[in-house]
Amino acid sequence: MEAEAKKLHVIEIVFGIMVSIYLIAPIFVLVPMSFGPARFFSFPPPEFSVEQYVKFFHSGPWWRAIRISFEVAVLASFFATVLGILTSLAMRYKIPAKGFLNAMFISPMIVPLIITAVALYSFLSKFHLVDTVPGLVLAHTILTLPFVIITVSATLKGLDPSLEQAAATLGASPLKVFFKVTLPLIKRGAITGAVFAYMISFDETVVAIFLSSSHAITLPKKMWDSIRFSIEPILPALSTILILFAILMLVLLEVLSKTRK
Amino acid sequence: MDKKLKNILMHPTAKGMLLLTPALVALFVFFVIPIFRMFHLSLFDPHFTLKYYIAFFQRPVYIRVMWITVKISLIVTAVCLLVGYPFALILSRAGEKLSKVFLVCIVLSMCISLLVRNFSWIIILQRSGIVDSFLMKVGITHRHVKLLHNLFSVVVGMAEILLPYMILPIFSVLKSIDPNLPKAAQTMGARPVQAFWWVTFPLSLPGVYAGFLLVFIMSLGYFITPALLGGAKEMMISNMIAFQVQTVLNWHFAASLSMILLVATLVFYTIFNKVVGLEKLEDLGV
Repeated sequence: MEAEAKKLHVIEIVFGIMVSIYLIAPIFVLVPMSFGPARFFSFPPPEFSVEQYVKFFHSGPWWRAIRISFEVAVLASFFATVLGILTSLAMRYKIPAKGFLNAMFISPMIVPLIITAVALYSFLSKFHLVDTVPGLVLAHTILTLPFVIITVSATLKGLDPSLEQAAATLGASPLKVFFKVTLPLIKRGAITGAVFAYMISFDETVVAIFLSSSHAITLPKKMWDSIRFSIEPILPALSTILILFAILMLVLLEVLSKTRK
Repeated sequence: MDKKLKNILMHPTAKGMLLLTPALVALFVFFVIPIFRMFHLSLFDPHFTLKYYIAFFQRPVYIRVMWITVKISLIVTAVCLLVGYPFALILSRAGEKLSKVFLVCIVLSMCISLLVRNFSWIIILQRSGIVDSFLMKVGITHRHVKLLHNLFSVVVGMAEILLPYMILPIFSVLKSIDPNLPKAAQTMGARPVQAFWWVTFPLSLPGVYAGFLLVFIMSLGYFITPALLGGAKEMMISNMIAFQVQTVLNWHFAASLSMILLVATLVFYTIFNKVVGLEKLEDLGV
C-alpha cells in the first residue's frame, strides 16, 4: 500500500474510489433498504425489519417468475453451448466465406435488442410461440450464442491440434476424439461460455418484454412491470438477492479463469 | 458409392460445413428471417411503398426522436470518456491491491441485473429520494429538485451501465504501453504532464476510439434506461419502435424505424471494424 501512495496522488485515489462507488451504487442503496419496512421507501431505513423478505418468500407470482427465468436460462444456455461448441469447432476448418459467417454469428450481439425483440415477436406469433417457454428459449439461444462462440473459440486457439491428430492416428473414431480429447481440453471455455449465456438469459429484459405477457412471465419482465406500474415494496429485497447472486457468479467466473492458468 | 460418400465427408471443408449447419440453420430461421421480414414490412403495404421512410423524414416528431437519440448518445459517450479515461489511467498505474479492488467493482457492476441498477437510480433520484432530501437538509435548496424523468437521470443511469465498456478498452491499451516510453520522455526533460500528452495519450488513442465507438453504438439502441428513468422528452428511437408496436400498432412504421436504427448501427460497426477491428470485441466479454 505504501508503494501505491507514492505512485498515485491522493486526489487520484479519491477519484478512483468515487467512480467505483458510482459503479456499484445500487449495492449501497438497495441492500440497506431491503432491511427496512415493506410499506414505504425511505433511506436510510427508519427501523430494522425483514418484512420485505418474508413477503417475498410468500409471494407465489414472484417465485413462478423466478422458476420460468431459471428454466429458460438453463435450456437456452444448454442449446447455445452445444451450438457454440459445434460452430467454434467448424471455424477451425477451411470454410468458404469464413469472415462473413463469423460476422453473422456475432450479429445477434450487435443488432440492437429492440429490433431482435420486435422481429421475433412478429415472427414467433405466427407459430403461437409468443408467451411460451419454448419461444423464450429460442430467442435467448440466438442471443447468447455469440458469447459462447467467443469464449470457446478463444480456448480452441490455445489448443494443440497434434493432440487430436495423435488420437486419430491411434485409431480413435472422430466422435471418440471429440469426447475423449477435444471436449476435456476445451471444457473450461465451454463452462465459462455457458455461465455467460446463463447470466445473460436470466437478466434479459428487452426481448422478454415482448415475448412474455401473461403466461410465461420471466423475472426481468415481472420486475419491469413492477417498476413501471406499481413499485412493490419487496423490490429492494429481491434486488439484494440478485446482487448476492451476481457476487456468486463473479466468484465462479474468477475460479474458472484461475483454473484455466 | 458408400466409400465415395465417406471420402466426401472426411474432407475438411465438408466436415467444417457439417459442424456449422445446426447453428447456421437456427440463426437463419430465428434471426435472419425475422429481421428480413421487418425489412419487407417496412417497404410493402401490400405493394411497394416508401411512405414509411418518407414519413420519418417529414414529420418533425420523428426528426426530434432521431435528434434526441443522437444527443443522448453523444452526451453519454462524452461523460463516459471524461470519467472513464482518468479512471483507466489511475487503474493502470495503481498498485496491485488497489487496481484489483477497482477491477472487481467494474466487473461486479457488469454482473448486477440491469433492472436492479435502473431501479436503484429511481430510488436515489426520485422526489424526496436520497439526493433530493440531502440537498434540502444541507440547505443548498429549499424546494424539491426534479432529478428524475429528465435528461440528467437518463445520462446518469446510462453512463453507469456503459462506463465499463469505455474503461476496459482504454485500460487494456494503457496497460500494454511500455512504461519506459513516458519515463524516457521525462529523462529528456519533459514534465510529467508533457510526457503524458505527447507520449502516453497518443499511444492510448486506439483504446479511446474503441471505447468511444462501442459506448456510442450501444447508446444508440438503448431501450430500458430511457424508458424507466426518462420522461416523455427523452424518448429514444428504441422507445419509439416499442411505442409503435405496443400502442399505435403501426408495424410498418415500427419496421422502417428498426431498419433506420439497424443501418445506423451497422455503419458505426463498420467504422469500428475499420478503426479497431471486430475481433477486439472478443477481448471485452472475457
